[in-house]
Amino acid sequence: MRSNVVSQIKDKAIWIVFVVLFIAFAIANDRFVSASNLFTIARQVSMYGIAAVGMTFVILIGGIDLAAGSIITVVNVVCAYLMVKMNFGMVSAVLTALFLAAAIGAINGFLVAKISMPAIIATFATQIIFEGAAYLLSGGVPVYGFDERFKFIGQGYVGPVPVPVIIMGLCFALGAFILNKTYFGRYFYAVGGNEEASKLSGIRVKWIKFLIYSLSGLFAGLAGIVMLSRTNSAQPTAGKGFEFDVITCVVLGGVSVSGGYGKISNVIAGVLIIGILTNGMVLMNVSSYTQMVVKGIVLILAVGFDSIQNVRSVSKV
Amino acid sequence: MNEEFVLELQHITKVYPGVVALKDVSLEVKKGEILALIGENGAGKSTLIKTCSGAVIPTSGKIVVNGKEFDSMTPQLAAENGIAIIYQEFNNVKGLSAAENLFLGNPIKKGIVIDKKAMEREAEKAFAQLNIKINPKTLVGDLTVGYQQMVEIAKAIKQNAKVLIMDEPSAPLTSAEVESLFKICELLKSQGVSIVYISHRLEEIFRLSDRIVVLRDGEYIKTLQTKESHVEELIHLMVGRDLTETYPDRKNTINEDEVVLELDNVSGNGNHDISFKLRKGEVLGLGGLVGAGRTELAQVIFGAAEKTSGRIVFNGKEINPKSPREAIDLGIALVPEDRKRHGALLDVSVKNNISMPIYKRISTASVINSKIEIETANKYKTELLIKTPSINQQVKNLSGGNQQKVILGKWLAANSELIIFDEPTRGIDVGAKFEIYKLINKMVELGKTVLLISSEMEELMGMSDRIIVLAEGHMIGELDKNSFDQKAIMRLASAVVGG
Repeated sequence: MRSNVVSQIKDKAIWIVFVVLFIAFAIANDRFVSASNLFTIARQVSMYGIAAVGMTFVILIGGIDLAAGSIITVVNVVCAYLMVKMNFGMVSAVLTALFLAAAIGAINGFLVAKISMPAIIATFATQIIFEGAAYLLSGGVPVYGFDERFKFIGQGYVGPVPVPVIIMGLCFALGAFILNKTYFGRYFYAVGGNEEASKLSGIRVKWIKFLIYSLSGLFAGLAGIVMLSRTNSAQPTAGKGFEFDVITCVVLGGVSVSGGYGKISNVIAGVLIIGILTNGMVLMNVSSYTQMVVKGIVLILAVGFDSIQNVRSVSKV
Repeated sequence: MNEEFVLELQHITKVYPGVVALKDVSLEVKKGEILALIGENGAGKSTLIKTCSGAVIPTSGKIVVNGKEFDSMTPQLAAENGIAIIYQEFNNVKGLSAAENLFLGNPIKKGIVIDKKAMEREAEKAFAQLNIKINPKTLVGDLTVGYQQMVEIAKAIKQNAKVLIMDEPSAPLTSAEVESLFKICELLKSQGVSIVYISHRLEEIFRLSDRIVVLRDGEYIKTLQTKESHVEELIHLMVGRDLTETYPDRKNTINEDEVVLELDNVSGNGNHDISFKLRKGEVLGLGGLVGAGRTELAQVIFGAAEKTSGRIVFNGKEINPKSPREAIDLGIALVPEDRKRHGALLDVSVKNNISMPIYKRISTASVINSKIEIETANKYKTELLIKTPSINQQVKNLSGGNQQKVILGKWLAANSELIIFDEPTRGIDVGAKFEIYKLINKMVELGKTVLLISSEMEELMGMSDRIIVLAEGHMIGELDKNSFDQKAIMRLASAVVGG
């Protein structure tokens, strides 16, 4: 029973970290705990949160998706290009861009599942390819001048709640639903835990991998649409380095980098921690370079904790 | 202590939790002799030789090398004292040349750079000493298995090995390569090197060895002078135990008229022209030594490996499963040998493990019907008496026997008709074994059909209605229940097929 309590606490540890950090920033800066600042934080992290759902799936099966950032860039540029230069309607432009995002994810899935490439190399290669492609398409200059209604996605409010926060909430709910209620979710955990045993249990492992990378592309694409609407202009460098923050959120949220273990509820905590950390540091006038140092250390701590636990559980067997 | 012996193992005992792997085993190796070490699967041969390299630390006993006593070895200590072991898995780097492999970890240096030329010269000499024709510059990965083995031997001799221990060295070799290996062994012997030769091929042992040590069930049985012994005596010593274990009774469940599985000249995955019929309600035992191709055959039937020719007929229809998923949908199940790696999903709950193959069936628009999921898990928990505090318990927290029950529950839930058991009781303690036997009986009583792979001869004879023996990928014989005989099976299993 005692070990049960311990594992319960371990399971919720990330929320404790969140609360401690929250209180620390609240004490350090009185502007931190205001309704407007808290909604600002939520809105800032919404893009990470949306993409984190797909990344959670990927890391759950022991993979990685380094292409998330360039998928966001592609979505920004393509969606803007379609609306401004090709006179696409808002809805059809968004849907086309999302389809493209899922297609890029599917390419990753194909390389990883069918060709058996290591995920880190496959997604690294597509990252470079699509970053370059987005630059070529935009000619290196920002694209802007969208329909006013398009702003609603990234800048609108429903009551006091920013629209991106609502989208993020829906994505988290969908992610949790997939993981807990559908058979796909069970397969994700199974494949991440033991690929060979999963195959022998009748799971089509390759297909599941393909699906997961496609989903990761789709969620990243959605984050890209939100970003485009918020910034109101498509930058050819929009998503650069984005995957780093997303991966940090997910790993911080306790999803095991070796696969097989993780929960959306804790990933939410991971996303919020990165949010308040960034916001808190900005309020305290910490330079962006110092922020990079801090975030890198946070990633090492998160993965280090996971790795140490892994080594322990292996040596017990 | 005797000066004549270069290596002595004295009263070696190795206890693993719940299992005694070696019980007071002693053996001596004379200078310049070839000593054969034989025994059935699981007799303790590999464990015994691993104590010489430090891979296994004996619970008690002594290892004496040239008069020096050790409680246990380490790889360094073994090398310093002239003991080298050549395992079935070679210890080489495929991307380096033969010469570089020979000097692995110990290269000839000129200043801070390695001296390739000098190493190649030295390697040439080392190979010549053994009459081996290998270009030292060839990458080891480009050499055939036989030549790779020779590089291993040359490396051992280069490091001044006085005792060379070889674990089933002939198993991966072609017959021509085996001849070369024998020549090298003879040559080494004439140079005063002692060889401990492990093999299940009795013919080779009679050709090559001077003395034979027989192990059975982790115990030393006898040492024989090869010249004064013969095959029948060896087989008798290897299997000559009394049948002690009892097996649960089973009523005759065989339906003579209904053939569930028929293999017609099936080849693939290392097997050749395997044909047999399996009738409904029957337990067909698949016997043979490790590496005979039994697991590989199971993989072909289960769609986990490719069939190159022949027909598999299941319930009257020819099938050609390309993946385990297809085989499962047809009604074929596999309970794999390596339970922890292939069988159960250890980090996943009992409930989820049981439902894994049927999730699609119990889901509506991808959403799992959790009521059915829980009912199914509880049903098999009760029916198979799975001991777990809750169906939400992770499988890794269950005992080996209960993990096995979870895997069976999974296949019962999937409504499988043919269940292939691959070494179902390996690593399970004696009490739980009996329960597994009862479960196998229960399967056939429920109208299932069983293909049972087991390396334990007693278990195979105790549980099967019929036994088919494989050796090196060929079907060697078939025995009916009334003609079961340990020696007959052993004789078939040790057969060397063709060349």
